Amino acid sequence: MGAKLNSAAAGTANWADERTSIGGFVKFFARKLFPDHWSFMLGEIALYSFIVLLLSGVFLTAFFVPSMTEVHYEGPYETMHDVAMTEAFASTLKTSFEVPGGLLIRQIHHWAALLFLAAIMTHMCRVFFTGAFRKPRELNWLVGFTLMVLGLAAGFSGYSLPDDVLSGNGLRIIDGVVKSIPILGSYISFWMFGGEYPGVDIIPRLFTMHILLVPGLILALIALHLFLVFLHKHTQYPGGGKTHKNVVGLPLFPVYTAKAGGFFFVVFGIIALVASVFTINPVWNYGPYDPSPVSAGTQPDWYILFVDGALRLMPGWLFGLPLEWEIWGYTLSWNILIPAVIVPGIFFGIIALYPWLEAWATGDKGEKHVLDRPRNVPVRTGIGVALITFYVILVIEGSNDIVANLFHLSLNDITIFFQWGIFIIPPLAFWITKRICLGLQRKDRELVLHGHETGTIVRYDHGEYIEVHRPLDEQELWLRVSYDNHTPLEIAPELNDHGVARKGYRWDRFKQRLSRFYYEERVEPVTRLELEAAHHHHDAQGAHEAAEAEESSERLDDEWEQLEDGAKR
Amino acid sequence: MSAPENRTDHTDLTDPDVHDASHGDGGGDVMNGFTNPGLGEHRPRKADVDDKADRRAERQTAALFGISILGTVIALVAYFVLNDHDAGDVASIRQVNMWIGIGLFLAMIGIGLGAIHWAKSLMRDHEMIEDRHELRSSDEARAGAIQNLKDGVEDSGLGGPKRRSVLKGSLITALAVAPLAVLVPQIGNMGGDWNVSKFRHTLWGAGVKLTRDPDGAPIRAADVTIGSVFHVIPEGLNELDHHHLMQEKAKAVVLLVRLDPADLKIQEGREDWSFDGIVAYSKICTHVGCPVALYEQQTHHLLCPCHQSTFDVSDGCKVVFGPAKRPLPQLPIAVDDEGYIVAQADFDEPIGPSYWDRLKGGDVTVEEESH
Repeated sequence: MGAKLNSAAAGTANWADERTSIGGFVKFFARKLFPDHWSFMLGEIALYSFIVLLLSGVFLTAFFVPSMTEVHYEGPYETMHDVAMTEAFASTLKTSFEVPGGLLIRQIHHWAALLFLAAIMTHMCRVFFTGAFRKPRELNWLVGFTLMVLGLAAGFSGYSLPDDVLSGNGLRIIDGVVKSIPILGSYISFWMFGGEYPGVDIIPRLFTMHILLVPGLILALIALHLFLVFLHKHTQYPGGGKTHKNVVGLPLFPVYTAKAGGFFFVVFGIIALVASVFTINPVWNYGPYDPSPVSAGTQPDWYILFVDGALRLMPGWLFGLPLEWEIWGYTLSWNILIPAVIVPGIFFGIIALYPWLEAWATGDKGEKHVLDRPRNVPVRTGIGVALITFYVILVIEGSNDIVANLFHLSLNDITIFFQWGIFIIPPLAFWITKRICLGLQRKDRELVLHGHETGTIVRYDHGEYIEVHRPLDEQELWLRVSYDNHTPLEIAPELNDHGVARKGYRWDRFKQRLSRFYYEERVEPVTRLELEAAHHHHDAQGAHEAAEAEESSERLDDEWEQLEDGAKR
Repeated sequence: MSAPENRTDHTDLTDPDVHDASHGDGGGDVMNGFTNPGLGEHRPRKADVDDKADRRAERQTAALFGISILGTVIALVAYFVLNDHDAGDVASIRQVNMWIGIGLFLAMIGIGLGAIHWAKSLMRDHEMIEDRHELRSSDEARAGAIQNLKDGVEDSGLGGPKRRSVLKGSLITALAVAPLAVLVPQIGNMGGDWNVSKFRHTLWGAGVKLTRDPDGAPIRAADVTIGSVFHVIPEGLNELDHHHLMQEKAKAVVLLVRLDPADLKIQEGREDWSFDGIVAYSKICTHVGCPVALYEQQTHHLLCPCHQSTFDVSDGCKVVFGPAKRPLPQLPIAVDDEGYIVAQADFDEPIGPSYWDRLKGGDVTVEEESH
């Protein structure tokens, strides 16, 4: 039996190889190494929830009717009996209440979408804080960023498809935002909706976007994203044996085939469990779209909250001055453009271009394959936390009515608090994070120079008490000393030897300023010389007076050695 | 195929970049004066050294796969047995959904955890090392690439002595304008009639009755008690087909409120727009167009639940809080001979969110009203 199977497999392999030369690919991929770390699976969660989205999405297209034609409901859900609605909404009810397993798949699809975006964003945070976007991975950062934006588009277009009252109001907000765009706004609105809002075209158009255009692009970019991961080989966390010139890990086949393949089933399983016990988007409670009703506590899906929060935060009047201007009879709505267009544009722009920003400040042209510990790049970590803080403020503000209700606060107070807070809290978060990083770096220095506290107290003959410190082992030591000591850039002077201003000076100046912002204030890693100096001093002294002149902590390594010697004897 | 003589030497089959790693491998490079100590010591797992632990891990993995099979059975049973097609009630189908889901969960998580447990306890955990190579192509490859491109340009005749600038220019122009043939009809047709001035008009006009949303029953002034709120649509809206109904309703919805006339600050120029404390305002927010549906009786404030713009009904629906800048447009109303509330005219400004040319062509409305 086994031999038969083997020869059948060999036959198939030969057949395939003679037609595709797949042998070479298998040889290349099968034993490819991947470093192991829990944080590397965040991207996997995104990939697997996307696969779940594709699988469940195909099921949904079999029952969903993307049409805005009016029908009167005749299904089993009593509350909606004879209510006028679009076919889109009616078919959503049908999928939920008449197709066995239909509601489950709808909920799997929705939960998977929420998880997809959450996983993408967490994955981006991991990549950001460990510096995995550095050369040669800047392009892959951009690919990933684009995937995030496409994920938002996929989410929003799908959310709107059931044509319920909640998503309809969401579309109306989009319409309002689009109309605020100078000159072209009204025309873009007409272009989107096929005429005046809401029209009869938007659902079929969003459907095509949602099931063909956006997922097609996402698939293509995922392929590119993974191709680049293979090409670059995965990054690894710092530690003994890990260098910028190697990968330390386990082979794709069988270890990661089993681990990562198994993880797909875990992700799918957990989504299925959540979807079977937690209701999401019960459109049958909201009702079909009607431009008139709306309920308190309306919320978009979580990933849109930041835009909604920005819209809520922006006042229409500021210190008695209007933020909607009338210039020569034309209307310019800063109160919409700033929160919904300009701020998200700048926010996303910073994220997309960040790898270049940091590369200018660092001026390091080498390939970086060993990740940074976040503490070792305090300014980057601070910027990351500030961006997250900014985002989270907008998300909280996007559910300020729910927060107000939950904590018995005044809705207006929350908004006013964050109107100030959005300017104050992120810089504060930057500063605090940077201080924490510098503190952790100092702690590392101290550990390297003086070793671990052991809690053992020793008394000398002359009465002095000291705590014994144990030196770090070589792995602990290497982790704390093996990071780049970046210093602010040095640039050539503005005038050359002939006293002529050189080209590119202003650009260099900019990079130097940026570099100072990043690296002026820093804690340098301990060098071999420093450590030796600390040790050497003790070996040479012998006399007690010299030791007393030193900081008491610097003595402790020595004392430890003495103690160890004593133990050996 | 698997005959031994067909096999080449084992080492030829293995990637020379990849090799097993042992204690101390990967070290040697120097940073800040310290030498990379190489990999730390590898610690064996229980299953590596204890045969019993190895067999236990194997049994656990098989049990997890067994749970998966059980899960599939649960899902199928839920689909075929629990599902009562005749019942047709919502509660039973939700039950079916839940059990299919729980079956699916077990079917998936069993495979997943089984595979991961297998990998973590029984497969290799001895790390390997693979060398990286710089991504940059070799100088020869680069030179070759440049030469190939040069040869290509030469062959095309674009780079040689004849510069063929006419050819280049015409090709670029053709490529630049060709998409128009596709895009113009496509984009041109997508906006319907492009008549953006539709924003200015609603179904309201002189004598149109204010009726209840959604049933369309007209409202008598006498029925509107102080402090009450009516969600209002124009008379005749419900007779429209679905498409036009939605379009018109999206603009025409109105909120009717009666205040104690003593509380009402009448706006200048609008002295005759209300009736005995009854005022009617557009329900569409001037911020981004949500329905402003929440009325607070005590403060006379209208709140938009989407972004919390707050309007003061007693003071011309001026903005008292939130992101909106303009007051809600007021619908001038009167009471007809039968005591029903009617509109005097359409709104005198476009309702809803602001847009670039909102204030342009305002005269059109006036002209239409006059005839």
